[in-house]
Amino acid sequence: MSIDQEVEILRRIPIFAKIDPPKLKLMAFASERVTYKPGQTLFKQGERGDAAFIVLHGTADVLINAANGPLRVASLSENEIIGEIAILCDIPRTATVQAATELTTLRITAELFFRMIMDFPEMGVEVMRVLAHRLEQTTAQLREVQAAR
Amino acid sequence: MEPNIFKYVWRHSRAEQLVILLLVVVSLPFYYFSLNLPKQIVNEGIQGQGFESPGSTQPIFRFDLPYGEELFGAPVTLFDGIDLVQRDMLLALSFSFLALVCVNGMFKLVINTRKGRMGERLLRRLRFELADRILRFPLLHLKRVKPSEMATMIKDEVEPLGGFIGDAFATPLFLGGQAATAMLFIMVQSFWLGLVAAGVVMFQSFLIPRLRRRILVLGRERQLTARQLAGRIGEIIDGGVEVQANDASNFERADLVSRLGHIYKIRYEIYQRKFFVKFLNNLLAQMTPFVFYAGGGLLAISGHLDIGALVAVIAAYKDLPSPIKELIDWDQQRLDVQIKYEQVIGQFQPPQLIDAALQSPDNEPGPPLAGEITASALTLLDETDQPLLRAVNFTVGVTQHVAVVGPSGSGTEQLSYMLSGLVWPSSGSLRIDGRDIERLPAAVTGRRMAYVGPSAYHFPGSLRDNLLYGLKHRPVRPAESDQAAGHDFLAEAKRAGNPDLDINADWIDYAAAGAEGPQDINARLLDVLDVVDLKSDAYRFGLTGTIDPERSPEVVEGVLMARAALIERLTSGGNDDLVVRFEADSYNGNASVAENLLFGTPRVPEFASKALAQNGTVAAVLREAELTEAFVGMGVTIAKTMVEIFADLPPGHPFFEQFSFISDDDLPEFRTIITRVESAGVEALDEAARKLLLGLPFNYVEARHRLGLVDEAMAERLVAARHRLAERLERDLPDAVEFYRADAYNAAASLQDNILFGRLAFGQAGAEQIIGDTLAEVLDDLGLRETVIEAGLDYNVGLGGGRLSAIQRQKLALARALLKRPDLLIINGATAAMDGAGQQRLVERILDLREGQGVIWVLQRPELASLFDTILVMRDGRLVEQGSYGELTKSESAFKDLVAAE
Repeated sequence: MSIDQEVEILRRIPIFAKIDPPKLKLMAFASERVTYKPGQTLFKQGERGDAAFIVLHGTADVLINAANGPLRVASLSENEIIGEIAILCDIPRTATVQAATELTTLRITAELFFRMIMDFPEMGVEVMRVLAHRLEQTTAQLREVQAAR
Repeated sequence: MEPNIFKYVWRHSRAEQLVILLLVVVSLPFYYFSLNLPKQIVNEGIQGQGFESPGSTQPIFRFDLPYGEELFGAPVTLFDGIDLVQRDMLLALSFSFLALVCVNGMFKLVINTRKGRMGERLLRRLRFELADRILRFPLLHLKRVKPSEMATMIKDEVEPLGGFIGDAFATPLFLGGQAATAMLFIMVQSFWLGLVAAGVVMFQSFLIPRLRRRILVLGRERQLTARQLAGRIGEIIDGGVEVQANDASNFERADLVSRLGHIYKIRYEIYQRKFFVKFLNNLLAQMTPFVFYAGGGLLAISGHLDIGALVAVIAAYKDLPSPIKELIDWDQQRLDVQIKYEQVIGQFQPPQLIDAALQSPDNEPGPPLAGEITASALTLLDETDQPLLRAVNFTVGVTQHVAVVGPSGSGTEQLSYMLSGLVWPSSGSLRIDGRDIERLPAAVTGRRMAYVGPSAYHFPGSLRDNLLYGLKHRPVRPAESDQAAGHDFLAEAKRAGNPDLDINADWIDYAAAGAEGPQDINARLLDVLDVVDLKSDAYRFGLTGTIDPERSPEVVEGVLMARAALIERLTSGGNDDLVVRFEADSYNGNASVAENLLFGTPRVPEFASKALAQNGTVAAVLREAELTEAFVGMGVTIAKTMVEIFADLPPGHPFFEQFSFISDDDLPEFRTIITRVESAGVEALDEAARKLLLGLPFNYVEARHRLGLVDEAMAERLVAARHRLAERLERDLPDAVEFYRADAYNAAASLQDNILFGRLAFGQAGAEQIIGDTLAEVLDDLGLRETVIEAGLDYNVGLGGGRLSAIQRQKLALARALLKRPDLLIINGATAAMDGAGQQRLVERILDLREGQGVIWVLQRPELASLFDTILVMRDGRLVEQGSYGELTKSESAFKDLVAAE
């Protein structure tokens, strides 16, 4: 897979969707492509987050520590971003992520991510828009839940 | 040291000086004859005096006994001479003249060579004595001197002394003799002309030295200011961090400017005065010939002086001013050198000097230390007589483990210095095993005892050299090298007053380390590295180090086995995709294009990865393989991508440094090139632009950069080019590159690279960890771990240990002290760089090892004192408490306060 294909994938991810291709290319170029074997972990719950991952190929399981062992709460596949919350708010990882199949990811370090936002403020605006959108959705969901009571 | 340079020179070179003086005396008659001959040649040989009738002869080489007539009443002829006709006489005299010139020349050659040798010997002696004094400076004085000033003194300032030493006695005699001979000769020819010449000479030698007095004073100032400049430059380097961190570089510049200005002023004044004196000197020297031409000419015309005599007088006078001038110069040099000598040795006379007998290589360490260490009224004053330690009294056993605790500045550090014999008490006494510490020879304080300070120095060299440094007290077995040459070298050293210690001998005191000899010392080194927890560091150094396959064929064999075992183990663990191995017939996507082309480790810098794009051989191979255009094409793609993605970044952005093929300075140029390519095609580019583009793909790594430049077809072509390059190199430059071969050890590559024999695959999660672990397992299985660690002992620690971390440096210093198994180990906070847990672990391990042997440890963390037998608590230079941990923690105590304050 060449860098141009990686850029194509990045463009399908909402927070990167409206960013200029050359900037995405720079981000892809400056990022490492990391391959995991089934069962290898990307990160563990409670660790400090230092990078976000974009799934280029394969699927990953999201696990949460429960009373009777790890509990699978979600599964992520191609074109999805993993672990962006931890690098944005500098909080510990909220879940463990491990490869379910052979998994290829683009590893975007926190440092690179912030530097990109610093250098290209329009990217920051995009991120803000996506997050605000998510917040709006969450609030709406909360309202529905309350109304349903 | 002898304050007068003449006495110093005479004392150490009497015999040689006498030989030279004798040679000078013997040479003088020949010199006189060579002056007399021209007269004879002109008068007899050319003008024919005594050959008035054709066929008449005159004797040559007739020799009468001097003063024979006065003594015996009649001339006594010792040799009748040979009778010759005029033409033969001329030739005989001319050849005699030639012979005399040769003889005089030989005398000069022999005398000068001997003078030079004597001067060099004395210079060597003086330099050694000065450096030897530095080795005997007490520690407190050593800390106060400026290293760079000391170095310039030994290196530069005594240099002119060496030149002068050869001339000290011989020159005045030789020149004086020469001048006197010339003078005598002139006097004999014409008394009045001689008197004139003598008058001018007297005036010259009276006036010139007076004019030069000021120059001497200036010369001394010049020496001092130059030395201070050297000292300041040393300070600027030592204080580099402060200068840059405080933006004080301009202040330092101002300081340099003012010093250089001062030096310039002094030097310029010296020049002005020097050349004025020269002018005067020349003028006076030329006055005399004027008198000779005018006065002597008149005498010759009136017949009072024959022309031959006048020519000879003028010829002799030609030889007079230069010895006189040189004599005056010599006198000036004498004063100058005496001043320099006094100034230099003044700097090497500290108030106290360690007695040379204490450092003698013949001293024995004696029996193991036992008994007690007793301090009574032990006091130490600093240079302003302020007390650092006040009347400290204690008694501890030599074999006890003693902790010394106290806040900084409480005297703990000074106490550790004094216990190690590095600083002597100002008053009171410190006795170890019943002997005063200042009477103990270095053989005891440096071998029976060991001291480790907080910032131990490491000498540039390998880890091994630094560990063994503590064992090198005196030669234990002579060097195996050429016996005769070594003997000559040491004999010459002795003649120059240097000790006959041979640096090439084996200095390592194996017995002190508990080893038999070179064969089992390594095991001891690994032991001490293990105690201080430095073994894993040495293992890592070993993996990245190289070995000499000729010297350790068994290691080579082991490494090749490890190479096979590693791949086997990785395959069985399903991890064989983590290493992409080097294969002669396939392209390695995890290595750069340059590495793929070379397929080996460069042995010369021209074939290093970075230099490959400029390499002529590589360029030729690319041309032959018709890859040049393809490389330019790849260069265009790379440049296009770079220009595109780095377009909006400001210059100097860290991304350029980290990720780009192109530096920010070159980006505009590439932008122009790309614009031209887009409008007119690659063909439109000039040679320079093509060259720039051609260079880009060399650093390209397919797996990392992912621009898709090396597809299968290109990979095949690159492998073909690789073969072509290898053929050419084997033919033309067989030693430039060591090629990767699956069945051979690569001496130019590190141990790790040899075992991996490939590249870590990019982007495989956890690859480094898995490979590192597997590698360690393989090495353990094959019993090669120790071998790797031993290779790590050759790791170069860098200047002052700069290639080690602070913790590694402290550990290495401790290991060095442990290696010599001292009876008493004194440690002054040598664990400060470690964290609390690390310190505790290290203290425990060292105390464990030293069970039954003495340890005195100045602790940074008082709670660690619980591990020791006895605790000494210091405050304000006083010993305030002493006792076991149990005793000191029972009730209120200064020790408890200290622990609480942590």
